[in-house]
Amino acid sequence: MAGTALIALMTGAAHAAPAPDPLQSPMWDMQAERLFGHDRVVFDPRVHIAVPMLAENQHVFPVTLDARALPDVRRIVVLVDLDPIPVPVDFVPGKAAPWLGLRIKLDQRTPVRVAAQTADGTWHVAGLWVDAAGGGCSAPPASRAHGDWAVHLGEVRGAVWHGTDGGGAAVTRLRFSVRHPMDTGLVDTIPAYNLETVRVTAGGETMAQMTVSGSMSEDPAFTLLLPAGETRPITIAMRDSNGREFTGRLP
Amino acid sequence: MNRLTRRGALAMLGASALAVPVHAERFAGHYRPQAEPLAEGVWLVRGSDAPIAFENGGAIANSVILATADGPILFDCGPSQAYAQALSALAQGLTGKPPVLVLISHLHPDHALGASAFDPAIVAALPGTIAEIERDGPGMSDAMFRILADWMRETQLVIPARRLAPGELSVGGRALTLLAMNGHSGCDLVVRDHASGIVLAGDLVFHDRAPATPDADLAAWRGALDRLAAIPRTLLVPGHGPVDRDGSAIAQTRDWLAWLDAALRDAAGRGLDMTEAGDMPIPPRFARMAAARYELQRSVSHFYPAIEASVLPRIDQPEGGSQPNGGRTGNRPITK
Repeated sequence: MAGTALIALMTGAAHAAPAPDPLQSPMWDMQAERLFGHDRVVFDPRVHIAVPMLAENQHVFPVTLDARALPDVRRIVVLVDLDPIPVPVDFVPGKAAPWLGLRIKLDQRTPVRVAAQTADGTWHVAGLWVDAAGGGCSAPPASRAHGDWAVHLGEVRGAVWHGTDGGGAAVTRLRFSVRHPMDTGLVDTIPAYNLETVRVTAGGETMAQMTVSGSMSEDPAFTLLLPAGETRPITIAMRDSNGREFTGRLP
Repeated sequence: MNRLTRRGALAMLGASALAVPVHAERFAGHYRPQAEPLAEGVWLVRGSDAPIAFENGGAIANSVILATADGPILFDCGPSQAYAQALSALAQGLTGKPPVLVLISHLHPDHALGASAFDPAIVAALPGTIAEIERDGPGMSDAMFRILADWMRETQLVIPARRLAPGELSVGGRALTLLAMNGHSGCDLVVRDHASGIVLAGDLVFHDRAPATPDADLAAWRGALDRLAAIPRTLLVPGHGPVDRDGSAIAQTRDWLAWLDAALRDAAGRGLDMTEAGDMPIPPRFARMAAARYELQRSVSHFYPAIEASVLPRIDQPEGGSQPNGGRTGNRPITK
């Protein structure tokens, strides 16, 4: 079995020919092959990833990604090489800026990366090693310990701010969170149960879409940058792995 | 069968290991605690004013040695077996006797795990602290072994066997007043030495080193600082940082906590995410505080999700269409 995988890996390496991984991750070749297939992959400092200087809580590790320095970003994935569920979010920015604030789980010391795909199909990748204690994905969420997760399931909070981004350009900032246990399926007796899709619309027009997994933190929280002066009613439509739908509306 | 597997890729590791730099095991050095006399029969042993790191062996907290006719009392005993052995030898060298009592100020591992070096019968704490060590000790011990590795060799989790009661305590002719407070943790021991008038504040007071908040209740902490400020004293020994001779450390700790609370609420009110809140400017008046950015980012992790939940209004619309709380923003105090 390992032999089959080995051959597959070597074949993959032959046609994808990714650049040598600056982080020297043991999982990069496999993850890159799985995620990017035949697409061109470059390591690009124009992709920014902001994280705290330490992973104080491996269950809630904040990441802010910024690919605004790239032209025409079509899709962004976050890749956590050594997590058992390695892609917490797959983000199609659409009308929103290629910028996203989110929180993820870390199961051990691992590279955390952002890969942004531009219109020519090329993936632009940046990342860093993050040291973390174990168990972010394999310990039960706090609401399971409290026993109150079902009481608060699907509670959506959020707000919109009309202001400027870091560079002084006008922008509409949207933040929202939803109460959800985001069970990974890696905890004994607790099956996987997580948010799967998030779609943000303004006045019925799709702004951004995300596919998310159980390696997003419990009670996921998102920050998006929408075009300046977006005053139409915003709807956040979410669906989880049991088919339950949750909706938030602003204003 | 062309599907790649994690196991398959890990199998590759054997082949690629030669090309990947391997983190060599690092061996601990030796702890060299130094005693600084504060008064007749009272010595301060300073921790390094830094985050817990392999480079400092986790020896970041202050300890105090109090001489008595029966042998020295230790107030806090560091992070590990080896540290506490060195501290114990230092106290014995100063007083001629081995420690007779070890007081644990609160549950945190940089103060409490050194209990490993002593007979549990002479290790004492308030009942609330004992309960917290029983609850969190194994996890804290795991975390310290992960960061400090070899420095933690032979360190076992020792639960204090002697339960302290607030009030007067006399040991070998030395009279102490014990006070039970909370705020930095769920239970914080404060000791006043009658002979010297010195107050040992534990981690309720930080001095030129940013306060740590993993188990903090900020409102209760501010109340404890008010109580501490009212205690007559000659000088105060903070849990971290240099001795306070003029009350400035209490004021500085209070100032930081008030700023932190307001700044995190302001950040949440402006729609910042956690990484942005952790990168906010720290006022210049805190420039003297070591580890300020580090502790700010830890505090963001401890408090921010709850603050957001209190600041951001509900926007889901169950049957009926009205917002569950009328769209008002809440204003709950920060509690863990």
